[in-house]
Amino acid sequence: MGRTERTLIASAALVLCGCASLGAQGTDDLGVVIERATGSVQVVDQAKRASLARIEGLGDLSHAAIVYSRDARYAYVFGRDGGLSKIDIAARKTVARTVQAGNSIGGAISKDGRLVAVANYEPGGVKIFDAATLELLSEIPSTYGTAGKRAKVVGIADAPGGKFVFSLFEADEIWVADVADPRHPVVRKFGNVGREPYDALITPDGRYYIAGLFGEDGLALLDMQNLDAGPRRILEGYGRGGERLPVYKMPHLRGWAIAGDYAFLPAIGKHAVLVVNRHSWKEVAEIPVQGQPVFVMARPDGRQVWVNFAYPRNSVVQVIDVAALKLVESLEPGKTVLHMEFTARGDEVWISARDSNRVVVYDTSDFRKLAELPAQSPSGIFFTWRARRIGL
Amino acid sequence: MQAAEALLVLVAFALAAPVTAGADPGAERERELVALVRQDCGSCHGMTLKGGLGPALTPEALRDKPADSLTLTILNGRPGTAMPPWRPFVSEAEAAWIVEQLQRGLRDGAH
Repeated sequence: MGRTERTLIASAALVLCGCASLGAQGTDDLGVVIERATGSVQVVDQAKRASLARIEGLGDLSHAAIVYSRDARYAYVFGRDGGLSKIDIAARKTVARTVQAGNSIGGAISKDGRLVAVANYEPGGVKIFDAATLELLSEIPSTYGTAGKRAKVVGIADAPGGKFVFSLFEADEIWVADVADPRHPVVRKFGNVGREPYDALITPDGRYYIAGLFGEDGLALLDMQNLDAGPRRILEGYGRGGERLPVYKMPHLRGWAIAGDYAFLPAIGKHAVLVVNRHSWKEVAEIPVQGQPVFVMARPDGRQVWVNFAYPRNSVVQVIDVAALKLVESLEPGKTVLHMEFTARGDEVWISARDSNRVVVYDTSDFRKLAELPAQSPSGIFFTWRARRIGL
Repeated sequence: MQAAEALLVLVAFALAAPVTAGADPGAERERELVALVRQDCGSCHGMTLKGGLGPALTPEALRDKPADSLTLTILNGRPGTAMPPWRPFVSEAEAAWIVEQLQRGLRDGAH
């Protein structure tokens, strides 16, 4: 091939994709891995099981979460220090960033993809941003009681009908914010939901918002299709029970697994995973595991549930067979496993091992190790299929 | 009430008595303890210790708090809150060493 031809081909490629790193590849096979100690993330390729780029300068990511734009091209990174960054994962660069609070826990994106909401500890409240520009549109201070105090906001989720729903830790309240007019949110408040809601999830169908309670046993459930009924208590026995077992890491509720008729929940403080009928919300089984569960996540087809654990037994991952309701596998991907993420159809799972500085990829059918990727203190792994899921 | 307080103080002293401030756990264990504080205490208090669901553990936040009671909080937890007892994982001397480091400002690595 002559030089002219090569130049021609190169020019054509440039015209087609505009930018070398955009290529012809869509983003559906990509994802983001948080590197919690260095304020950086890696853009990864699920099919190649490879890292494509590192993006730095994202602040304190010691607790971080990500939501995706509807087209799965942009990742919104919520940092511990109140940083909100918008990353173009196709171009592998940060396109917008704001430090919007002093201490932040996570966020959510609206169904229409136009709004990003951030839940803040300090100053307590929720801020609503334009997803395109990160312009601040409005703020909902989490002021409660009569002394003008602001609660830490936890468990924020997008809810059907153009709403965000979240919980107020110190106030024992759940608020539903209607953001049809994002500059003037209308907030409906539900009090006495139970002591100290510390995290929450919305079921994958968007129907139920469920908050975990730290200050007492049980969970608060709000039916998003019947807000007038208000929150009710479910699983009254759920929690630490009479023994009040110490908890060395708060379980994450957003990872809760729904598989078939069951929901799988981390027992609080106990070395067990609870199996609950998700229609009656009654406990049907308790599966002993090797430590205090943190994430309890279902493979997308619902046949397996994968569990990771709190300090000090946090270097093991265990797998539950849903049909048999028992453990079928224990793996040691590395030291201090913090998170797991399935591919969209669940054939593979990526696991972050913080203190081994690696991400390990397994085949979920035979538990074979497929790849290891170096990463600096990796924590959360977020694949782009989340762009199309309610509550993620 | 006063008697109860006095008793608490006595108990605190009794528990803390064998602890000599500045006892040196050794360089390797110190590194482990610093990692424990940053990573595992950090899951509630923040890796930079500026607070999360749990309160900040910065020198400014801890300045006016008695070291003995902080040491006991680490060892025994704080009933009625999310703070668990760390006695299964750290000795009294190590807890006292952690408090000393926190009040001074935690440094990474060996000194």
